[in-house]
Amino acid sequence: MKRLFKEFTKGITIENPTFGLVLGLCPTLAVSTSVNNAIGMGLAATFVLLGSNIIISSVRKFIPVQIRIPCFIVIIATFVTIVELLMKAYFPVLNRQLGIFVPLIVVNCIVLGRAEAFACKKPVVDSVFDALGMGVGFTLALCIIAAIREILGTGKLLGFSLGKGFEPVAMMILAPGALLTMGLLIGLVNYWHIKQKTNREIKRAGCNGCK
Amino acid sequence: MDVSKFIAIMISMVFINNFILSKFLGLCSFIGVSKETKPAVSMGLAVTFVTTMSSVITWLIYRYLLLPFNITYLRTISFILVIASFVQLVEMVVRKASPALYKAFGIYLPLITVNCAVLGVAVLNSQEFFINGHALKGGFLMSAVQGFFAGIGYLLAMLLMSGIRERLELLDVPKSLKDVPLAFIISSLMSLAFMGFSGFKF
Repeated sequence: MKRLFKEFTKGITIENPTFGLVLGLCPTLAVSTSVNNAIGMGLAATFVLLGSNIIISSVRKFIPVQIRIPCFIVIIATFVTIVELLMKAYFPVLNRQLGIFVPLIVVNCIVLGRAEAFACKKPVVDSVFDALGMGVGFTLALCIIAAIREILGTGKLLGFSLGKGFEPVAMMILAPGALLTMGLLIGLVNYWHIKQKTNREIKRAGCNGCK
Repeated sequence: MDVSKFIAIMISMVFINNFILSKFLGLCSFIGVSKETKPAVSMGLAVTFVTTMSSVITWLIYRYLLLPFNITYLRTISFILVIASFVQLVEMVVRKASPALYKAFGIYLPLITVNCAVLGVAVLNSQEFFINGHALKGGFLMSAVQGFFAGIGYLLAMLLMSGIRERLELLDVPKSLKDVPLAFIISSLMSLAFMGFSGFKF
């Protein structure tokens, strides 16, 4: 049980797909204009991850090694088509907002990356938790970026106004704002990592470290 | 045929709707491969070739296979399969026909399969050049042109970025911003500059 919990949390923290592994950038930046879109995209990607991880890890012994990538892509594309059709039927507004990034979940590096690095080697239960962790990590990262951009770019959060004294910076919801937010956030995560590492080194060296 | 339409597609794809800087397609390879100019240009050329050919092929498949049988919901699966097998085929042909070119492309050719730009341009073509299940007049040529210039736009962004990043190697930057974060900030500035083109009117 502890092991499964570890598989789940690693996707949110150390191996966070967006800030740790820097995978799946295109949808991250393109749909993070509002928190609504971010949640929609995150859930869609989580569903695809979960479905493809389950199927791939349960048929992993039948897939020949040489043609595994095409097999993975077909399985992933099937789930993406399911998401596409469901979204078109039940969330037409969200579908219009996300646009071509719904079919593009197929080429999201996170999904194929998890299939290749995890699901084709581990049993089904582990893969389920891995997919859930990665999905939640991806959704959270998307929401953080989207919240920053939405607040700075429109002065609203989830569509609610946050007061009138603030003049929104329109650049933040356009393309340059996405890249800027992403760059600074990754820089922040790196800064934190470096600081933690030096702290640990100081602790290990103790008072002798000052010599 | 209207030449102005083609020029409009060309300018829109290279400058106004540049795939990387304003549409965020193919960003992974843009950040990953743009450290040096030479591999960046090889990657750009490979992508240009694949986007052109795959927009031709996927247009034909959409028009003559998916539409007549009314199975357009299989678009994603069929497109990605065709693109993957096409890239595989190109790799084999290039390896046999021209080992020098194969060496220049290196590992970038197989990577293109999962480049969003390729599937992105195919999906865009199927949305823009078909209205209510009918092909637009000249749509075939337009989608080929769109694919080609999407690749050229990618190449241009790649070239600019790799030039900047090569210089950046020599500078003293904060440790936590080194490499990827700084690449993002620079592409943000580039994309701000490219937004200036959106004032073009036709």
